[in-house]
Amino acid sequence: MSEIQYEAVIGLEVHVQAETRSKMFTRVARGFGEPPNTLTDPVVLGLPGALPVMNLEAIEKSIKVGLLLGCEIARVCKWDRKNYFYPDMPKNYQISQYDQPICLGGEVEIELEGETRAVMGPHRKVKLTRIHLEEDVGKLTHYENDSLVDYNRAGSPLLEIVSEPDLFSPDEVFAYLTSLRNSLVYAGISDCDMEKGQMRCDANVSVRPVGQKELGTKVELKNLNTISGVRNGVEYEIQRQTSVLREGGSLTQETRRWNPDQRYTTAMRSKEMAHDYRYFPDPDLMPVKIDDAWIERIREEIPEMPFDKQRRFIEQYGLPYSSTSPLCPDKELCDFFEATVARCKDPKKAANWIVNDLLRELSSAGDEEGPMPLGNAKMTPAHVAELVNLVEEGSISSNIAKEIFPETFATGKMPAQIVDEKGLKQTSDTGELETICSQVITDQPKAVEEFKGGKENAINALKGQVMKATRGQANPKLVDEILRELLSQ
Amino acid sequence: MKEPQTMDVEYAANLARIDLTVEEKKKFNGQLGDILQYFEKLKAVDVEGVEPMAHAFPRHNVWDEDESRAGFSAEEALSNAPAKRKDQVVVPKVIEE
Repeated sequence: MSEIQYEAVIGLEVHVQAETRSKMFTRVARGFGEPPNTLTDPVVLGLPGALPVMNLEAIEKSIKVGLLLGCEIARVCKWDRKNYFYPDMPKNYQISQYDQPICLGGEVEIELEGETRAVMGPHRKVKLTRIHLEEDVGKLTHYENDSLVDYNRAGSPLLEIVSEPDLFSPDEVFAYLTSLRNSLVYAGISDCDMEKGQMRCDANVSVRPVGQKELGTKVELKNLNTISGVRNGVEYEIQRQTSVLREGGSLTQETRRWNPDQRYTTAMRSKEMAHDYRYFPDPDLMPVKIDDAWIERIREEIPEMPFDKQRRFIEQYGLPYSSTSPLCPDKELCDFFEATVARCKDPKKAANWIVNDLLRELSSAGDEEGPMPLGNAKMTPAHVAELVNLVEEGSISSNIAKEIFPETFATGKMPAQIVDEKGLKQTSDTGELETICSQVITDQPKAVEEFKGGKENAINALKGQVMKATRGQANPKLVDEILRELLSQ
Repeated sequence: MKEPQTMDVEYAANLARIDLTVEEKKKFNGQLGDILQYFEKLKAVDVEGVEPMAHAFPRHNVWDEDESRAGFSAEEALSNAPAKRKDQVVVPKVIEE
């Protein structure tokens, strides 16, 4: 009898902090890394008499997220109180949206790994259930005998993006989070830095025998702190559940915690009583009405999404997939590329300079925080375009261009200026090159003999000598022609 | 007349983190039962075709522009805290989630 095959079904709840200047229901500043409890006011601390007032920008950003993910935007949404006692929320309820969220449905386009890194992988659209807006809670730090609470994060606008159970592998989960993050960063919603808590993720994982329609017992996974952590935690949990079932055991609906260092999940202390949040409409807040004109105005602000841009770059500029994959997740880099292309004739070469040389220089100019931001670099699209053009015109060889790239990057000097100052202009002076080539042929009788004896590669030694004599400035194509001409005599 | 409504006072008290004595439980059970009965009266009203609403006034879209202002100092923020350390509120260690 063959063994039963199991398949995993995963749904994700992703929380994303919307980047606003002030908090969701009060105008005290929102931020990260400030001294503890300084981003607080009577509303954040739930002091008696304090009243919430909505943040218009947070609502606009939520509508924008809904539009870019193809959701239906609710014409009316309202605010509900989710009641619970926990020190992360001093007023003992969190303002959220229960039965009338701001966005319904929608989908996230994902790309799975291709056969090789040079080939685009298969794409699929993952269905969303809903997106609602709520306020974030304070942050607890646990110590040996007690816990400390910092309310700086409390009250920050927080979007909860809930997917359908429509993901079927850890790789799909990884692709989903990557794509979602890229889209949200593109649209200026959030930096989605998981390490700063700007994006957080819980996963609902279950397995079922292949062919079974009903979902298996669901386990909620928490403490998934990085995109790779989500993938690893989900992968472990699928294996754990599958082995329990294979061994004839049964699964419990529970919440488990991912331990990234030891790489396993453990059941969290089961709650004494099932949660009863007693949601009810918040009497302090009026509903939001959203009309067509408002939606259309926001729709116009939505930038081209990463996958759409990638398809366009491949089609419009003939870029290979391998150039677009490092380029397209980064909107700023894409804008840089298109500004470069507007000034030069060869989009493929421009893309090569950007994804290889520019990214390398940014990375080595960076620090422990990451690569240098493109905006801080002295190199502009005009620099890259000039370099492409100088090679294209035959003014410098591509080797010289490679050599001066770091200096252009470091100083912000235009490539043509560096070429002039250093006398690096490629020699295409036939007379001068003929003299040098003849000299090299006289000096290298061995290589000449080998070449004449049929060893084609021997010409490279001669070319090398010519390049050396001209300090790399000889036009290599011309050198090849002249050498062959002289050797055939 | 319907049977008097009862509610699980113990459950509600637990959710609200309130300790009640046996006498209080009995007392509130009666009082809350009376309130629930009043809701039965309200339920008798025919609301067919009336849209549910959370507010008595038809106001909507009450918001502020996203401009930030300074908040409390840590000292002010913690002035009601029974215990504090490192500019944060000290609470009993409760790891729930």
